[in-house]
Amino acid sequence: MARATAAGVAREASFYGAVAFFFVLAAFPFYWMLITSFKSNSDLYNVANIPFWFNDPPTLEHFRYLFEQTLFVRWLWNSLVIGLCVVAITLVTAVPAAYSLARLTGRTGESLGIGIFLTYLVPPTLLFLPLSRVVASLGLQNSMWSLVLVYPTFTIPFCTWLLMGFFKAMPPEIEEAAIVDGCSLAGAFFKMTIPLSLPGILTAVIFTFTLTLQEFVYALTFISSSDQKPITLGVATDLIRGDIFYWGEIMAGALIASIPVAIAYNLFLDRFIAGITGGAVK
Amino acid sequence: MAAVADTVLKPASRLRFIFDRRDVLGSLFVAPAILYVLLLVGVPFLMAVYYSVSAYTIYNPSWDYVGLENFQQIVQDAEFRRTLSNTFIFTFGSQMLGLVLGKFGALVLLRPFPGRKLVRALVILPWAVPVALATVAWQWMFDSLYSVINWTLIALGLITRAQAPNWLGTTELAMISVIVVNAWRFFPFAIVIFLAGITAVPQDVLDAATVDGAGFWRRNYQIIVPMILPIVAIGLIFGIVFTFTDLSVVFLMTMGGPINATSVLGFKGFQTGIVSGDVSHGAAISLFMLPVLLVVVIFMLRFIRRREI
Repeated sequence: MARATAAGVAREASFYGAVAFFFVLAAFPFYWMLITSFKSNSDLYNVANIPFWFNDPPTLEHFRYLFEQTLFVRWLWNSLVIGLCVVAITLVTAVPAAYSLARLTGRTGESLGIGIFLTYLVPPTLLFLPLSRVVASLGLQNSMWSLVLVYPTFTIPFCTWLLMGFFKAMPPEIEEAAIVDGCSLAGAFFKMTIPLSLPGILTAVIFTFTLTLQEFVYALTFISSSDQKPITLGVATDLIRGDIFYWGEIMAGALIASIPVAIAYNLFLDRFIAGITGGAVK
Repeated sequence: MAAVADTVLKPASRLRFIFDRRDVLGSLFVAPAILYVLLLVGVPFLMAVYYSVSAYTIYNPSWDYVGLENFQQIVQDAEFRRTLSNTFIFTFGSQMLGLVLGKFGALVLLRPFPGRKLVRALVILPWAVPVALATVAWQWMFDSLYSVINWTLIALGLITRAQAPNWLGTTELAMISVIVVNAWRFFPFAIVIFLAGITAVPQDVLDAATVDGAGFWRRNYQIIVPMILPIVAIGLIFGIVFTFTDLSVVFLMTMGGPINATSVLGFKGFQTGIVSGDVSHGAAISLFMLPVLLVVVIFMLRFIRRREI
């Protein structure tokens, strides 16, 4: 009996050890961001100090510098504008496309849908060279509008796929009833289907926005002027002077930009998984 | 009743015809999306293929056809061969590590315990947060002088300050570092995929197996693993595609260095095609991703088809 309890305790201990391991593994880099962003420079750059806690009083100097002396606010604004424009383009194209592929086009729609989704897997590192020429020939080089043009190439496939699954799960009787009541097919879509699929559309909006925030490769390729950069690119590449990294400012900026994405993912995670696995679980 | 009939008949009959024909409306609805993707993915892809067999640079934008010359030059370059093998090591290493962490993480998170919701929410972070931002945090943790990892190792008495490793400055350690960071970014996704798969295994199947005398490992490897294989495969496909073609982690952490030790295809294509402006060679380098992508796509299609049936 005593032996069994000892084994039980050992098992519990190793289980909570594993929990602690994953907790630290996932969260430590963010804790490190947080503490770095509030530490004074004299505290940061002193190897004798214990790095895990404040040795000097916490300070807001990095945040102040970030907001007053850098283009951080401009980058936030750029990211917001890019995100909203891409969301608009994506919704206008992907919502009808997904509906069409789910309901109107039958077997061809099935294959077309898979085809569109596969383009989501075409990586930016394969397309950035020709796209940078396309962007240049449109006169958009070094402008954030180039990103508004290019980001839908991955958000449209992603959202079309996500919404296709959503529309398929809706009972077709709803539109049929509307049509019986005198709506045209298009009318049924606009008056019945869209209002009823707002949760799905909201998911598409959130993920489109976060995908634009996460993107790095196209932004890096197309944009070199500081004032045109989106937040991720600005924080990662613009807070370095020569060989000197402004670690406090970089971590403060990274923290601010990470928080909304982290919240969005946690709220909408299940739909995201259902979306990309295309219901392989069911 | 009469009012309803009126509104039905009102719209111009021609428009009415379009809005009621399934095939017409279907094509109309799907056309903008297809057009966008064709113009900005399809056409650029063909351009990339053409660049790779041309002599195009940004200084000399000619479209002269040079055949497979670019590919021949690239393959003869020892630096490129290093890049190619690096890409495979990077992809394989980080996917394996990510999957192992993902499987264990899923097993841990499957069991209820106080604070599970919080741990789960935190565990998602590495995957959710923009990769560039998480990567700079790791770069700071791997700093040659102020590395918190080294500080801890020293404080634990495992090494002295003189022995402290320069994580991003030595060839093997730099590769290990970028693999760790990429695995770290991927493992929450693997956890989520495993969890989605495991929770979808019907409990009665497991109960039946238990009654028939199957133990923990047997249930695990003869029932759960085969049943979640399709969904894990899809997760792995995503992981492989986004790792094999990655540029951000290497660009931000090591710039391919030291001495090309961490140069990967995406990075090399960027350096050659964008930074040096040698578009044709850059495109040829990027196209080396294609065979792997094709294999992945074929697998993906097979899994999707199986689901449809």
